[in-house]
Amino acid sequence: MAATEVEAGPPAARRVDLIGLGALLVAGALIAAIGMRLITGSLAVLATVLLLAVVLGLVFAAVAGGPDTRRRLAPYGLLKPGMLWLALFYLAPLFTLLRASLSTLPSRFAVEAEFDWNFGNYADAFSDFGAQFGRGFLYAGIATLLCVVIGYPLAYVIAFRGGRWRNVLLGLVVVPFFTSYLIRTIAWSSLLADSGPIVGTIEGLQLTGLFEAAGIIDNGRLINTPAAVIGGLTYNFLPFMILPIYVSLEKIDPALIDAAKDLYSTAGAAFRKIVLPLSVPGVFAGTLLTFIPAAGDFINAEYLGNPNTTMVGNSIQDQFLVQNNTPLASAMSFVLMIIIVVAVLSYTKLLGTEELS
Amino acid sequence: MSAPTSSRGAAARWGLNLYAAIGLLYLFVPIAWIVWFSFNEPKGRYNIVWQRFTLENWSDPFSNESLTDAFAQSLKIAAISTAIATLLGSMIAVALSRYSFKGSSGLNLFLVLPLTTPEIVLGSSLATLFLDWDVTRGFTTVVIAHIMFQVSFVALTVRARVRGFDWTLEQAAQDLGASPMRTFWKVTFPLILPGILAAALLSFALSIDDFIITLFTAGSLSTFPLYINGSFRVQFPPQANVLATMILLASVSLLLIGVIRSSRRGVVGSS
Repeated sequence: MAATEVEAGPPAARRVDLIGLGALLVAGALIAAIGMRLITGSLAVLATVLLLAVVLGLVFAAVAGGPDTRRRLAPYGLLKPGMLWLALFYLAPLFTLLRASLSTLPSRFAVEAEFDWNFGNYADAFSDFGAQFGRGFLYAGIATLLCVVIGYPLAYVIAFRGGRWRNVLLGLVVVPFFTSYLIRTIAWSSLLADSGPIVGTIEGLQLTGLFEAAGIIDNGRLINTPAAVIGGLTYNFLPFMILPIYVSLEKIDPALIDAAKDLYSTAGAAFRKIVLPLSVPGVFAGTLLTFIPAAGDFINAEYLGNPNTTMVGNSIQDQFLVQNNTPLASAMSFVLMIIIVVAVLSYTKLLGTEELS
Repeated sequence: MSAPTSSRGAAARWGLNLYAAIGLLYLFVPIAWIVWFSFNEPKGRYNIVWQRFTLENWSDPFSNESLTDAFAQSLKIAAISTAIATLLGSMIAVALSRYSFKGSSGLNLFLVLPLTTPEIVLGSSLATLFLDWDVTRGFTTVVIAHIMFQVSFVALTVRARVRGFDWTLEQAAQDLGASPMRTFWKVTFPLILPGILAAALLSFALSIDDFIITLFTAGSLSTFPLYINGSFRVQFPPQANVLATMILLASVSLLLIGVIRSSRRGVVGSS
């Protein structure tokens, strides 16, 4: 982050900062607690009044204080609406998800679950859906790797050889963003179908045996195979890989590479020692932006896969919206989130970069 | 970059360019399919096998009533949520890039979290919240959910765009006697507007195309992606391709306008 470290101001200014931050945090905590229904009944009314008082109090303080006070309180005021929205509709739902995951459905046909510290949902999630968890992360992992393999050279060529076409090429990469995700996936299901052009081409070139041996084609079919699901994931998240890699490559000064060549470095060594290390933040951001949505995806597995290629996303969706087993679905959802948080944190530690955002 | 010195170098160079070209082509195969099949005259209810060329789907893109209704809902949701999220997100972006204040790094991290949470977790957690509140899921809950993920997106996109912004210009305006209000509307706002518009366009596209979070918060409401998914087992009308192509054309032309305008400004600025 650029220049957002706290300036060492006079004590009065620091006190104003603390008041602003405190008001923001108190308001956020109050609205989240009301959303979680931890505060109910007349206490909730009191909390709402308190919330309004905090917000209005800050406005009053800004108006009553001098220009300097106003200046120091301004960022907190600007942040408040958006942050409170996130506190109520991002933070509070994670809590209700946790509570739902520890609840029990009174009967098979009941809709409303009752909270009773039922950890059995987590045991069920692992015992009944372990395979789906495994497949979800495996497919997402392979798709992420493929995205690097396809996306890095593409980003490299655009950044270093695009010349005046750079922006146009980059625009082309973004275009798939603007066509419906679902229809794109349906397009793939039609392209990969038994009578579709791709299978036809492979058969025409008599390469079916080769693709069977590679495990891509199964019994002469391309659709409804793990390869099709992974291919769909790779396709749908590829732009998320290309863009951050491009951004990090674009920042590299070409003079650095020229300097290396002047010093008799080979092109390969110049790439390994200069370009590659400097593009690590882009690859890091790209893998996160690809892996996280891919791990929770269920559209590709639904449209391109078969019942044996379902991912954890399919199970959560099915349990939540079809079987109406909210507690079990919530437990799976919560586990998915925890695994991803842990994975992201250890990955961040491994690659150590501050350019996450 | 220096010219290739050996034929091996040249071959490697062209090999890489070819590889990248194939990668770009890969991105466009399904897009081409979508556009091409919007001109198909399908046999039966599935527009997934090529029959013959027709302009009929384009002459009457809104003939499928439930599809059109769903599409209109998507546009309405995207318009409302984008307007609110752009306002809230831009305010956050200005706060984070314009001011240095206590707690900014922590708040910054909090802002990134929704974008690093899988959509299915966001969707299912919001569903548990609305179940908990005993709220009927529908239009409003979808708008609320979309604003939630758009706010973070807008804030980060706008912040990235205003990162190199020279805030001393504001100081200069005020030194010349402009009031803070006047400074904002005459100096700051015009300079950050392109970033805000780009973020709004992208988040509009995110909203219109969102499927997973919408599925969990929509209840019985139908949106464009929800309609496609729900009806796919019984039909897939060519009008879906026409509407998808329309979204594509509209956003690409907006992007083009943006690119042309910014490059023109670049020319003026450098001369």
